[in-house]
Amino acid sequence: MRSLLRFLLRNYFLMMFLALEAFSLVMIVSFNNYQRVSFFNSSNNFVGAVYGRFSSFDDYFSLSRTNAQLAAENASLRKQLQRRIMLQDKYPVNRPDTVAAPAYIFTSAKVINNSVNKQFNYITINKGSRQGIKPDMGIIDADGVVGVITNVSPNYSTGLSLLSKRLSIPAKITKNNYFGSLVWDGEHYNTADLREIPFHIIVNIGDTVVTSGYSNIFPEGIMIGTIKKFNVESGTNFYNIKVELSTNFKTVKFVEVVQNIKRDELIKVESNNVGE
Amino acid sequence: MIKDFVKYAIMFVVLVLIQVLILNNIQFSGFVNPYVYILFILLLPFTIPGYLLLGLSFLLGISIDIFNNTLGIHAGATVLLGFLRPGIANLILSREFIEKGNTPNMKQLGFASFLKYTVIAVFIHHLFLFYAEAFSFEGFFQTLLRCVLSSIFSIVIILASQFILFKNIQ
Repeated sequence: MRSLLRFLLRNYFLMMFLALEAFSLVMIVSFNNYQRVSFFNSSNNFVGAVYGRFSSFDDYFSLSRTNAQLAAENASLRKQLQRRIMLQDKYPVNRPDTVAAPAYIFTSAKVINNSVNKQFNYITINKGSRQGIKPDMGIIDADGVVGVITNVSPNYSTGLSLLSKRLSIPAKITKNNYFGSLVWDGEHYNTADLREIPFHIIVNIGDTVVTSGYSNIFPEGIMIGTIKKFNVESGTNFYNIKVELSTNFKTVKFVEVVQNIKRDELIKVESNNVGE
Repeated sequence: MIKDFVKYAIMFVVLVLIQVLILNNIQFSGFVNPYVYILFILLLPFTIPGYLLLGLSFLLGISIDIFNNTLGIHAGATVLLGFLRPGIANLILSREFIEKGNTPNMKQLGFASFLKYTVIAVFIHHLFLFYAEAFSFEGFFQTLLRCVLSSIFSIVIILASQFILFKNIQ
């Protein structure tokens, strides 16, 4: 026993190294899953405040671009509103539908930290549980899908960016409604792979890819991107499709968090089918 | 002693902030991300006791991890670097030089030795970091390419910082 103790003391540098390294590896493995709920991440209040302070300083440099973006979004929304009003004038509804309510609520937020060059990129925003943000809400911006919220603190939250190989988003091709899943390829911040599209259907370069609405996180029809190139891998029945993402992840600044109010109900109904 | 403590404490905070606020936003083609914060480990004096070297390395790594949402990855890499640092120093420098209790900066080591010291240290750190981040050997060469490109940037920035600090090296 004493000689063991002496051995440990003499080699304490090696022992301490092994202990710390083992601790790090345990952390890597145990936090290396999609849904990690932990205190130590950038949604925690201190880290959020540091990023928030720096981001407010950084904002001045992107003011003109952000203004142009918001103006463009306003214009497109106004156009949609006009069309809606026109349709209503043309086909007036006699009785207002009192049962139907919007299934999605949108909360605007500002991105205070973001990266594009890791294998698993995260995005931090300046709204948290006090503003009603919860895990598993979607993040979108004017151009399209951005990510999904994973961790929430009172004033900040962190989300998995679409640029993360662990996030797969149910997507469909608008033209023919065939659906597959969209996963980042881990290489470039503006392309992702669309998988599980069977090769008997016709796809073209430039076809629009949007969310399918099957995930109960995103509403149907949120823009994801356009098809950049495709081929059929020999021996499989599926296309290999590269999608050019519509969101510019390098400049994303203002986002909206999407809450599906009926999500809990949906999950409850769907879970009833399991095991039958 | 107190002066040294204050000096290294300030260096720690400044390097972490420079890393997370500025360098993490430098993203050439989404491929390259320099990690310069390990300069703190490189510049610790040779006479530092082992437990302090490993302890500070771990603390530095975990601080970066918390900001980056990569719990454990940077900590593992910095602890490995802290453990190997005495070995790297022995490889490059003479025993008398180390025992004199010098600080391993460019002024003391001279350009050639400091370059060797930095290149080996940065490469070991980045190699661990990038493979731990990818967490698989799938895409082995792509990860290696990311690692090498980022290492070059890190080394250049570390050398530049030393040139700026010690202008009067021949």
